[in-house]
Amino acid sequence: MNVVLMVWRQENRDTAGRLQRIEAKDISSEMSFLEMLDVVNERLILAGERPIAFDHDCREGICGSCGVVINGTAHGPRRGTTTCQLHMREFHDGQTIVIEPYRAKPFPVLRDLVVDRSALDRITAAGGFVSASTGSAPDGNAIPVAKPKAEAAMDAAACIGCGACVAACPNAAAMLFVGAKISHLGLLPQGQPERWMRAEAMVAAMDREGFGPCTNVTECAAVCPKEINLSVIARMNRDRMAAVFLVARRSPRGDTA
Amino acid sequence: MAAIWYFLRSTIGLKVVMAVSGFFLFGFLVEHMIGNLLFFLGPDLLNGYAELLHASQLFLWTARSVMILAAGFHATTALVLYLRQRAARPVGYRRTRSRTFSYAARTMKYTGPLVLVFVLFHLAHFTLGWQVTPAPFVEGDVYANVVASFQHTWVAVVYVVAVLLVGFHFIHGGHSLFESLGVRHPRFDGLIRTVTGGFAVAVTVGFVALPCAILFKLAGG
Amino acid sequence: MDLKANVPSGPIDTAWSRHKFEMKLVSPANKRKYNLIVVGSGLAGASAAASLAELGYEVRCFCYQDSPRRAHSIGAQGGINAAKNYANDGDSVFRLFYDTVKGGDFRAREANVYRLAEVSGNIIDQCVAQGVPFAREYSGYLANRSFGGAQVSRTFYARGQTGQQLLLGAYQALSRQIAAGKVTMYPRTEMLDLVLVDGKARGIVTRDLVSGKVESHAGDAVILATGGYGNVFFLSTNAKGSNVTAIWRAHKLGAGFANPCFTQIHPTCIPVSGDYQSKLTLMSESLRNDGRVWVPTKAGDNRKPRDIAEGDRDYYLERRYPAFGNLVPRDVASRAAKAVCDEGKGVGPGGRSVYLDFADAIKRLGEGGVRERYGNLFDMYERITAEDPYKGPMRIYPAVHYAMGGLWVDYNLMSTIPGLFVLGEANFSDHGANRLGASALMQGLADGYFVIPYTIGGYLASTKLAKVDREGQDFKRAEVEVNERTKRLLGNKGKRTAMSLHRELGKLLWENCGMARNAAGLRATAARIPELREEFWSQVIVPGSGSDLNQALEYAGRVADFMEFGEIMCLDALERSESCGCHYREEFQTEEGEAKRNDAEFAHVAVWEYRGPGQAERRHTEPLTFENVHLAQRSYK
Repeated sequence: MNVVLMVWRQENRDTAGRLQRIEAKDISSEMSFLEMLDVVNERLILAGERPIAFDHDCREGICGSCGVVINGTAHGPRRGTTTCQLHMREFHDGQTIVIEPYRAKPFPVLRDLVVDRSALDRITAAGGFVSASTGSAPDGNAIPVAKPKAEAAMDAAACIGCGACVAACPNAAAMLFVGAKISHLGLLPQGQPERWMRAEAMVAAMDREGFGPCTNVTECAAVCPKEINLSVIARMNRDRMAAVFLVARRSPRGDTA
Repeated sequence: MAAIWYFLRSTIGLKVVMAVSGFFLFGFLVEHMIGNLLFFLGPDLLNGYAELLHASQLFLWTARSVMILAAGFHATTALVLYLRQRAARPVGYRRTRSRTFSYAARTMKYTGPLVLVFVLFHLAHFTLGWQVTPAPFVEGDVYANVVASFQHTWVAVVYVVAVLLVGFHFIHGGHSLFESLGVRHPRFDGLIRTVTGGFAVAVTVGFVALPCAILFKLAGG
Repeated sequence: MDLKANVPSGPIDTAWSRHKFEMKLVSPANKRKYNLIVVGSGLAGASAAASLAELGYEVRCFCYQDSPRRAHSIGAQGGINAAKNYANDGDSVFRLFYDTVKGGDFRAREANVYRLAEVSGNIIDQCVAQGVPFAREYSGYLANRSFGGAQVSRTFYARGQTGQQLLLGAYQALSRQIAAGKVTMYPRTEMLDLVLVDGKARGIVTRDLVSGKVESHAGDAVILATGGYGNVFFLSTNAKGSNVTAIWRAHKLGAGFANPCFTQIHPTCIPVSGDYQSKLTLMSESLRNDGRVWVPTKAGDNRKPRDIAEGDRDYYLERRYPAFGNLVPRDVASRAAKAVCDEGKGVGPGGRSVYLDFADAIKRLGEGGVRERYGNLFDMYERITAEDPYKGPMRIYPAVHYAMGGLWVDYNLMSTIPGLFVLGEANFSDHGANRLGASALMQGLADGYFVIPYTIGGYLASTKLAKVDREGQDFKRAEVEVNERTKRLLGNKGKRTAMSLHRELGKLLWENCGMARNAAGLRATAARIPELREEFWSQVIVPGSGSDLNQALEYAGRVADFMEFGEIMCLDALERSESCGCHYREEFQTEEGEAKRNDAEFAHVAVWEYRGPGQAERRHTEPLTFENVHLAQRSYK
């Protein structure tokens, strides 16, 4: 099959970009989307042109490196699928495919389709953990976790941090990402001692990075390759509200209030 | 106190403000609509109801303050959130294709300000007594004022359009307010959407009934 | 080359405790005066960086990915072993130790493996405390399953995403230390050289993959946790960025490379679909618990699988290995698949795949039951192949998966370069010639959480470390070399892309140093690789510049190292005149075609020493003695 790519090309974070038209001929429908880009890049290199920069690594849908907006949809037309697992059979011969980087102020474009998502790491560093230093753990079975809770925690923990939720949100909000981590840890008994602090700190970090607010339009969940449920956002909202009253703050006297 | 202020400035806190103020505004609308429907029971009841509302200045101004505050919070918070949204995506996409972004949600930023403009006009018209139509404004005779105004097609059309905007605004705002307050669960989402959507339709119909009835001379003649 | 393993003398079951006591300690107040460099942020790297920072050391951690959370440990699906014996089925530290040594076909160091089994339980405890959402029973207690043919249920898992969840646990612990200022994280930064000062590892040279800036980092010790080299084959289950560069550069500066020919081929991967194929996708071998592997009895039978009657099917694993059936170890299953395909019985395009059939399982458990166990894997298969595995059998073929070989390390996980520690898949230590399923995660985390925090203290406390700074001449020299190399790559005006050359190298190795090897093929390949390397340096075309984000340049640099490394792989395979584990030399097989070990001559670790450009590498050996496990021929009949 032949397709026409309209690819975003941008030298670096400080320059303006533009869409470049590239014809991709003799593409197999069995190729993955990224393999198609590989083939295009090989041809560009041999033609003495600069290949298209794009992030990718595991190519099996779990590392969260890849992710571009394809014809207006983050990760492309197939639901529950990362860009690397998307195959060319989802497109038809002669189709024009517009490929753009994720767009958000906290995700500056570094080159072409590569964006800097380190803002998500900083949000995690603000509180997305259980402070269990190595060696301090009790036996794994010391604290039972009800199976439904464990399953719900796992549902939320499946987030791969790809940032598609931010890309798809009309407000560039990171609520699904942050909600997923707050829910994962907030559902487990191990996450309880820091639960309210975590919600407060992660939301503050999210705002600091400049992500937008949530308007409950659910685009995030619709593009999430791991199909994280929107209820994680509601849980974050509840936990953040409760944090107003439940975060243990030290009073000037030194005891906790 | 610091904790509350810190919370309210967060994107989640701002959404809570939106939700709570929106809830009050919608509650007021329901009350207003019920009042309007008294029109169909005759001038005495409607005017009596209006009089009752004005009976206690304390009550009146408390209610008005709550509404002014709710509207003020709703509008300013909306503005703050809108600016944050804009700032969060300085460069947009050349092509977007949404999966779930409803028309109602997409137009919140237009329906909201339009409704605000209308509300100001509405207050001027019926509360302050601006001379909108040739008929003179009669202080206290709500029934007469209403009938005199809605006989003019353009007035009725403005009102109907405004009410449709409000209803549309609430189609998204209704379930959204629950979600912002953390009420969301796959099992109840459908129910919440149905009930809030039903409310939106009911309130719209309730409000539209009055101008239409007068315009088409079905009542108030 | 001094290959002193530093294994504590005396009984193996108390060796680690005694060793921990005998090692010198760094006092709490002094820890923050030490600067440690950790390269890699997978299970081993992230857990090490986090644990060391918790102890008080100043840590700098580097990864080439845009976030430490993306390291390829994340791809592991099946689970993590631990000798908890929660299942009450007779598991113990000794049994896990025994199984691992035996599974590795007696080519691992006993004491290291014992320690691994010993700390395995602590890993589970630690991960649970971090909030890793392991599968649970209705009681709320941890669920276990039997995995990869183990006779006991000792595998802990988090759906089919165990690696991801364990890595996120370690990443979150790391993130906490980053926020605390104890770890400085350098994402999108690739280590391009190691720096030795007075013979000790004292720093690294890195390239910032966004700005292209080459700079040095000085420290008191360097920890490499850079994963395996499976991508030397071009097609593998590794992430596209996985590479040999860090350990290869260390090797060229004096770190011995142990058993480079030991590469595990995983039997259940989605087969190659065309020339453009960029990687192979593994499906958890838990599929073999319920799926049955078969090919048509008659070569060239092109009928649709469902049209082939039972009588015309060869369930070759069940036939050849009645006791273990479809659950034989990975190397055995992989070789058997290759054998039937070589006989012309393979199915699918090119005849390079076999069926993995769930028809019986669906009959037994119902489609719902199968979906519950393997739903995500079936979905993945469907996404990639557009075939519905509920309706017909899957097609699978083996693919390169894990490198058991790696830099040689002693009991303290220190390489032959003082101050250079190597953890996880990057070292050679625990899996011998074949790794058991669900043991890679265990080893990565054991090394990072529970070994290196102790042993690095022992090294630092007993070593006099001169003050170094990155302006020193050793650093500057290394930087110049790195820059020269970049310039050389960019200056080339050839006609071939790095990818096409890499593909060629990979194909060569896959055919001659893959599932089955023979002396003639290895010799020819070892001779061909230097030619290919020449071609690489004269023909490769690398676009762009070195002073910005240039993925083609990054890639070409990695391929250049694979071009050198591939040769030593072949030489190692050639010198090891026996079959063991994954290393199957066609000349050394039993009458039934099984691997035939030669313990008299090859019960040792082969360690290669680099001796300068153009010089042949020298092979050293570390003899392996088995005092606790009886040397026996593996049999899965």
